Amino acid sequence: MSSSTDWPLWEVFVRSRRGLSHTHAGSLHAPDAEMALRNARDLYTRRSEGVSLWVVPSTAITASSPDEKDSFFEPAGDKPYRHPTFYEIPEGVKHL
Amino acid sequence: MTAVTAEEATQGAADGAAADAARAEAFDAAVAADDRIEPRDWMPDAYRASLVRQMAQHAHSEIIGMQPEANWISRAPSLRRKAILMAKVQDEAGHGLYLYSAAETLGTSREELLDKLHAGRQRYSSIFNYPTLTWADVGAIGWLVDGAAITNQVPLCRCSYGPYARAMVRICKEESFHQRQGYELLLALSRGTPAQHEMAQDAVNRWWWPSLMMFGPPDDASAHSAQSMAWKIKRHSNDELRRRFVDICVPQAEALGLTLPDPDIRWNEELGQHDYGAIDWTEFQEVLKGNGPCNEERLAQRRRAHEEGAWVRDAAAAYADRHAERPGTSGAAAEPVEATA
Repeated sequence: MSSSTDWPLWEVFVRSRRGLSHTHAGSLHAPDAEMALRNARDLYTRRSEGVSLWVVPSTAITASSPDEKDSFFEPAGDKPYRHPTFYEIPEGVKHL
Repeated sequence: MTAVTAEEATQGAADGAAADAARAEAFDAAVAADDRIEPRDWMPDAYRASLVRQMAQHAHSEIIGMQPEANWISRAPSLRRKAILMAKVQDEAGHGLYLYSAAETLGTSREELLDKLHAGRQRYSSIFNYPTLTWADVGAIGWLVDGAAITNQVPLCRCSYGPYARAMVRICKEESFHQRQGYELLLALSRGTPAQHEMAQDAVNRWWWPSLMMFGPPDDASAHSAQSMAWKIKRHSNDELRRRFVDICVPQAEALGLTLPDPDIRWNEELGQHDYGAIDWTEFQEVLKGNGPCNEERLAQRRRAHEEGAWVRDAAAAYADRHAERPGTSGAAAEPVEATA
């Protein structure tokens, strides 16, 4: 085999229709961005699943660590007053 | 998408046994709660190894499975059937790629998986070691082989490993077309001339038993089943899924006007399911060992395709390198992404 290493990995994001965000569909290998985009079209939109595609080098993504999940997301845990259901409103009050 | 960083690995060693126990507990709790395990979560080594084995075999089956059907593309009886068959074979390549990507989230490389397939060190489903002798085989593969695959794969959509489960959701959606086109193809032959009907029956006769073997050895002889079910990688036993498949196929065969080649199939009123005859497991073991009709041919063709495609991979890599040296010549990425959408 003459190619000794895999092509870089790309993450693929598909916008299924206008008005929706791009969502992660999966990943693929490609030598460059242009080929990644073409491969993504063939791999993830064979049945008209998308109207727009993003490809992002996997190495460009920085992820939060699952081990720090609790402490990392903890600041939001004790702030129930950020939700509308936190507040008690007298019965009968409308449009609130 | 995957890799545990060096920093994380060192940290893991330093934390010692107490942290390991806590992580193992979190893993067990997640599996028990029907939660999904994701790539960067801690997982037992044996769980990771078991997933790599199963997902690699699954991915290899998809791409080796392209061969028996691709054999008929140039001889499809109409443009309609040819377009359908090409779309189906292309789907199989796609399914292989979804699964290789999912397997890579476990820290194994694409190259390593392909090398192991080419060296005969990882398996693919033994069903693809049978030849496609007539056009009717394309129908029998769609109906029976893809039908058995669907029966196996639907529960995998709820597999405990997130990336595998997500790949299976996508695959199952697409498999439905595969099975229906096969059934329709057989129906056309069955209702055609006597010779066409006979061709359809002959294909079903040859593919029925190997399709039943696709569910794997009987429960009491299955090496990996119990542990896979405890980890919720597998949700149902081999025999349970096999019986479900028989129950599904019996009325479908009747509607086709074809018979299943098993005189022992009959409805069991008491159990509310079909009884069926004994499977020849010696044949299964022989094919698994490499003595099936097409084992050597399939692997040789796969290796040849990979070697003959080397210049395309090299050319694409050279093109990418050249463009990387001259910034600004490729892509349109220098703007905020929302602006390009």
